[in-house]
Amino acid sequence: MEKLRYERPVLKKLETNMPNKFGLRTEYVPKTHIDGVAVKDLIKEYGSPLFVISESTIRKTYKDAKKAFTTRYPKVQFAWSYKTNYLGAVCNVFHQEGSWAEVVSGFEYDKAILNGVDGSKIIFNGPDKTEEDLEKAIKNESIIHIDHLDELYSIIELTDKLKKKPKVAIRVNMDTGIYPMWDRFGFNYENGQAWDALNKIMRSDKLELVGLHCHIGTFMLTAQAYGTAAFKMADLALGVKKKYNHDIKYIDMGGGFASKNTLKGSYLPGDDTNPTFDDFAEAITSALINSDFEPDNLPMLVLETGRALIDDAGFLLGTVISNKRSSAGKRTTIIDIGVNILFTSFWYDHKISPAQPFTHYTEDTTLYGPLCMNIDVIRESISLPLLNKGDNFVIHHVGAYNMTQWMQFITLRPKVVMIDEKGKAYVIRENETIERIIAMEKVPDHLKEFEL
Amino acid sequence: MKIKKNIATSESGYVFNPSTGESFSVNPIAIEIFNFLKEGKSYEEISKTMLARYNTDEATFEKDYNDFMGMLKQHLLIETENEKEN
Repeated sequence: MEKLRYERPVLKKLETNMPNKFGLRTEYVPKTHIDGVAVKDLIKEYGSPLFVISESTIRKTYKDAKKAFTTRYPKVQFAWSYKTNYLGAVCNVFHQEGSWAEVVSGFEYDKAILNGVDGSKIIFNGPDKTEEDLEKAIKNESIIHIDHLDELYSIIELTDKLKKKPKVAIRVNMDTGIYPMWDRFGFNYENGQAWDALNKIMRSDKLELVGLHCHIGTFMLTAQAYGTAAFKMADLALGVKKKYNHDIKYIDMGGGFASKNTLKGSYLPGDDTNPTFDDFAEAITSALINSDFEPDNLPMLVLETGRALIDDAGFLLGTVISNKRSSAGKRTTIIDIGVNILFTSFWYDHKISPAQPFTHYTEDTTLYGPLCMNIDVIRESISLPLLNKGDNFVIHHVGAYNMTQWMQFITLRPKVVMIDEKGKAYVIRENETIERIIAMEKVPDHLKEFEL
Repeated sequence: MKIKKNIATSESGYVFNPSTGESFSVNPIAIEIFNFLKEGKSYEEISKTMLARYNTDEATFEKDYNDFMGMLKQHLLIETENEKEN
């Protein structure tokens, strides 16, 4: 006779009208498959932990976002935010869908070129562009978004050397009624810095002012702030037209759209409460269309949203190492995923689903990672079904930032797999090996030998 | 160890302690252990039966059994030495 599936015995005190920090149980079905591929098979073949990216989810999310904007505004261009996830395969899905590249460093710039993006379709943001980076960008006719006056002067100097007229925009920061106000990047709208920079560009006659850029914050939970930002950007563009009779070709509203993740401290899940693409699109496009632009001469709208486009497509598969109890008797579970590879667990209460069937019994649990450090906590409090040692689980919405901000710490980073639209899995980034890590080190001769 | 005599249990996994007024829910495997304990069965007997019925190993069951007993003690559902004498 086949044995029954084992579940550890559990006793749970029933409490009514006692709200607690664990919240309600949220897991009703196991996540056994991703795009038709069994989680167990993926772990068996590629190991645990394992990042899995769903190509079809990326394409669907992109199409949803594009539809939200293009049904409201005639000229829309997305630019893939490399810093959110710059794995070549991920970038190329976005490029196939029509996204330009948006980069914030020389490294990312080179990555975009290596991915095959035409230089003129690269937007170069960020405060740290070296002279070498700028020269490369000017030669390739990329669009440079100027962050500060030192950069502006460097570009003007380079124009004499390169005999080219670079295509530039300025990054504008502004008060949109949200906190914190991101005023460290670019030139301020309210105090006149932005106009100062625009005047310098227009009067130098050595640069071609093609656009205006802003990026008001990250994981924005209100769409209306974008409406305020778009209104101020339109005001600047119209001011340039009036003063210099110069058309601004595009307004780049940056990114910062919230994904479906749940920020720590939120009472309700992000799935239910975060603004949708339609909300963001409505706020931005209404502000632009209602401004004084001639209806037939609207600037192109550029969007650099990263997180909201890739988060949902990323899954992180893992395995339970052990179940323990804390000194106070609370259930704690150790898993093989630490904050070194799941950086976003510092910000989010990630949704976690068991990868095998379970009963409706749950325990309030703290999920610890495997790092030998006290800060390695994946969920401080989660009501989870009863997981045994060796059981697998899936962490949802991990596509953004984790595969760029992860750290090699005490262990090696895992493989990343992409499942294509036909349900075939491809390794898109190999796991690290100790040889690869050591290959970068050098031990001086006098330190090579020792006796103990 | 034995479950206190006055503890009421239902087949569906509801446990009530009339002394304190506290209620608990337990999963099916816990009900089985609960019933074995009420019958006064030893760990060895319980372990043998459970390992034959469920897909698990002895080490895992022993660890989980001890953890479960800890929970029963913490919630005062196990007979104390004094109660045994009475």
